[in-house]
Amino acid sequence: MSNNTLYVPTMAELMASGKTPEVLFWVGCAGSFDDRAKKITKAFVKILNNANINFAVLGTEESCTGDPAKRAGNEFLFQMQAMTNIEVLNAYEVKKVVTTCPHCFNTLKNEYPSLGGNYEVVHHTQFLNDLLKEGKLTVEGGTYKGKKITFHDPCYLGRANNVYEAPRLLIQKLEAELIEMKNCKQKGLCCGAGGSQMFKESEKGTKDINVERTEQALETKPEIIAAGCPFCNTMLTDGVKAKEKEDTVKVYDIAELISNANNL
Amino acid sequence: MDHLIDNILFAIVLFAGVSFFILNVKKLVRNIKLGKSVNRYDNSKARWKNMALIALGQQKMVRRPVAGILHIFVYVGFIIINIEVLEIIIDGLFNTHRVFSFLGTLYNFLIGSFEILAFLVIVAVVVFWIRRNIVRLQRFWKPEMKGWPKNDGNIILYFEMVLMTLFLTMNAADYAIQHGHFTENHHYAIAGAFPISSYISNLFSTMNYGSLVIIERVCWWLHIVGILVFLNYLYYSKHLHILLAFPNTYFANLEPKGKFTNVEAVTNEVKLMMDPDADPFATSEDEGEPEKFGASDVTDLNWVQLLNSYTCTECGRCTSECPANQTGKALSPRKIMMDTRDRLEEVGNSINKNNGEFVDDGKTLLNDYISKEEIWACTSCNACVEACPVNIDPLSIITEMRRYLVMEESAAPTELNNMMTNIENNGAPWPYNQMDRLNWKEEA
Repeated sequence: MSNNTLYVPTMAELMASGKTPEVLFWVGCAGSFDDRAKKITKAFVKILNNANINFAVLGTEESCTGDPAKRAGNEFLFQMQAMTNIEVLNAYEVKKVVTTCPHCFNTLKNEYPSLGGNYEVVHHTQFLNDLLKEGKLTVEGGTYKGKKITFHDPCYLGRANNVYEAPRLLIQKLEAELIEMKNCKQKGLCCGAGGSQMFKESEKGTKDINVERTEQALETKPEIIAAGCPFCNTMLTDGVKAKEKEDTVKVYDIAELISNANNL
Repeated sequence: MDHLIDNILFAIVLFAGVSFFILNVKKLVRNIKLGKSVNRYDNSKARWKNMALIALGQQKMVRRPVAGILHIFVYVGFIIINIEVLEIIIDGLFNTHRVFSFLGTLYNFLIGSFEILAFLVIVAVVVFWIRRNIVRLQRFWKPEMKGWPKNDGNIILYFEMVLMTLFLTMNAADYAIQHGHFTENHHYAIAGAFPISSYISNLFSTMNYGSLVIIERVCWWLHIVGILVFLNYLYYSKHLHILLAFPNTYFANLEPKGKFTNVEAVTNEVKLMMDPDADPFATSEDEGEPEKFGASDVTDLNWVQLLNSYTCTECGRCTSECPANQTGKALSPRKIMMDTRDRLEEVGNSINKNNGEFVDDGKTLLNDYISKEEIWACTSCNACVEACPVNIDPLSIITEMRRYLVMEESAAPTELNNMMTNIENNGAPWPYNQMDRLNWKEEA
């Protein structure tokens, strides 16, 4: 059922009509503004729509979680952002949050509770696995059957929160051939964007981190590099371009792979 | 009477060796207590479990199988051979010889396994030496490993080789005496099994009783004195991990690695700012200096971070996993730990020299030891924390220094300042309007 209209209710709209969603989709700054990441956002919404999930977004009431400020050392700005967001989330009595960004995921899940924001927070790869288990989602194998896919572990999903299996289970559902990089899971190499590096030039060195990581991914001779983070996605896409492989190797988020496989 | 002098001499050596060590341990504990308080006394069940698996069980060491297995030889050797040291101390003090030999078969088994372990320790230590000096594994040749740290690593290996060789030679001489049918032998009863040293004892086959006793006694003395010297060398070397790995894994962070601490002093101020009813002129409960944000020196760090620095044995697994280091940046997580310890020692020495007071030397950990360039090169990816075989957390120190730079000195890189201004003004790290946050919905 391919259709181009997305159904994206906001919390404000639902509240006005006296409804509460099961889950809040936290879109994040990248997912809202970055052209590449917006595609991930839309792919995820298509899956949610298709599975008839009762969700909502904050829309213009959403603001940066404060993650990049916190990693840069600006605790004031982080806590200002956090407390502002918590006021909004608590006002809507949000219980469960799903997000496509591991940085938002980590911050909301780990750093908001002691400031008064207590929610069940899941990464979209975990959420999609739950939908599979509940029978609300099926994944079609056809499109990616037998394709070589390697998965890059986002630091803030993997090492930071020990989520390694959820994205891999989804890739296996695509009937794709999952090939692990030499450095994967606990030993996964960072894409280079974490710790606010996304927003600054890197320090003097001999190489860019994203190129190093892309080379590790290319060693597996993949057709697709799968990611689960909008920042990793950007870094690896740039890395693939730097290695002039953009014609043969694509970088996709897991949500995009599922949305494509299901012809959404 | 001869032996009485021996026993007294031994008691003096033992007392001196142990006392000097205790003196240094007290210094060590005092220095660690210079750190700020942090509660790591909760959840003792999980903490004991961590200690059992990671320190005692070497769980993270074996992630690199070659180094891991060799390390287990040395580690098990170290622990088990300590039973032998207990016997040596009793023999030394009371003029007995092989006092535990009444254990019979068990004693034979014990001595036999000590010998095999001693041999494995020598093998492992030789391989370690080759890895450092011939194969030249990259992580042992990073810039921070020049000079003392490099020599320190080798000295420890030489120490272990010599101690184990002395132990085996001592046993070999003993074995030769035991089985030599010397009429003058009344002291050396047949006891112990010598699967390794019996081969060495072939070298002694033509020696007379007197020479063999001299060899046995000299090795015995050098071995125990060597152990006491080594014990006291620990404080001055990177080798404290053999003791501190245990408290270090016990007190390590149990939270998810991505969870950074929320600074409480900031929480109070932000709450005040956001509360419309707050009285801006109200004085806070605790008068005095406002809290310093972040860390510029060792005394701004917490005691677990300082314990971390003493525990670090400079293996460099953190640095070899660090994405910044791998791509040629100045940052090395191991150097962060080494610098923290060096600065802490410097502060501690100042306290020793100045009757218990630290006299400001105009230096700080940040800038004089660790550069801003290192601090800003970190991607906060936690690879170093994950890699550390004893759960040291270099990232938490880097974060505290970033906090100091940003909140006390407003010294963030310009691009980060731009990013933070954007968050402040538009609620996003880029200059987009918050009102446009849902525009993607229409762009389908």
